[in-house]
Amino acid sequence: MGIIENINKLFDHRIRLGIMSVLMVNEDADFNQLKELLDVTDGNLASHLKALENAAYITIEKSFIGRKPNTRYSATKLGKIEFKKHIDALEKLIKK
Amino acid sequence: MSEQEYLKDITEIKNLMQRSSRFISLSGLSGIFAGIYAIIGAAVAYWLVAQSGRDYLILDGVVFRLIVLDLALIALFSVLTAIFITTKKAKKEGVKVWDASSRRLIINFLIPLVSGGLYILIILTQQKYGQTGALMLIFYGLALINASKYSIGHIRYLGFVEIVLGLIAALYPGYGFWLWVIGFGVMHIIYGSLMYLHEKR
Repeated sequence: MGIIENINKLFDHRIRLGIMSVLMVNEDADFNQLKELLDVTDGNLASHLKALENAAYITIEKSFIGRKPNTRYSATKLGKIEFKKHIDALEKLIKK
Repeated sequence: MSEQEYLKDITEIKNLMQRSSRFISLSGLSGIFAGIYAIIGAAVAYWLVAQSGRDYLILDGVVFRLIVLDLALIALFSVLTAIFITTKKAKKEGVKVWDASSRRLIINFLIPLVSGGLYILIILTQQKYGQTGALMLIFYGLALINASKYSIGHIRYLGFVEIVLGLIAALYPGYGFWLWVIGFGVMHIIYGSLMYLHEKR
């Protein structure tokens, strides 16, 4: 069964799933926007972002707005493809 | 993981996608309409002033009252169109329009806008109307920038453009009318079209 293979372990968590959902429909999002949308703590969000970054599913772009550091996240091509596969697999599992 | 949990995941994904992108679509098509209304309204105002045979306004004249009515109609139609498009889209996607995030967005948009509007009305009663166009642009820009903190979109940049146009209008009051047309008409259409294309992709 190919379906089970497509269930991505990395997306098997509410916060990582949420981060990817937001980044699929938005070119990018910054840390605070993600925090607000997902309603999580700083540390929690940071560790999940790190996990997605390590898998090369998202890229991080650090810059400064005035003196305040601003970190923007966006989904990579690989990340989008993998997430799409994951959603398709979920939908098939439900329909079964 | 059970089927129930998969279903919950899918719901969560859809929910987040909609919540994080709803206001981008609000600003697309409704931006284009707002720009068109502004240009029509400006043309009406231009015609009214030309018709009166003077190239300046008298505060308690009929022409002035008609122009205030004209401005109110532009604002009313822009808001109604935005509400109509957003509710239609929300209904199609089965989400609530009036939730905590949209409430926060609108309140933060209205704070600079209402303060500015009241300020303009106050100085108008003191016969200082040379800066009206500039002030409208500046306060509208500030309202957009303030609201941008609560929406994921690019209205922040539109806000900066409006403020710059407002400051130029303040420097050259004679061009206030044309800068107003650029700020509220042309910029809305450009911004709206960009956002609309962005949504379609």
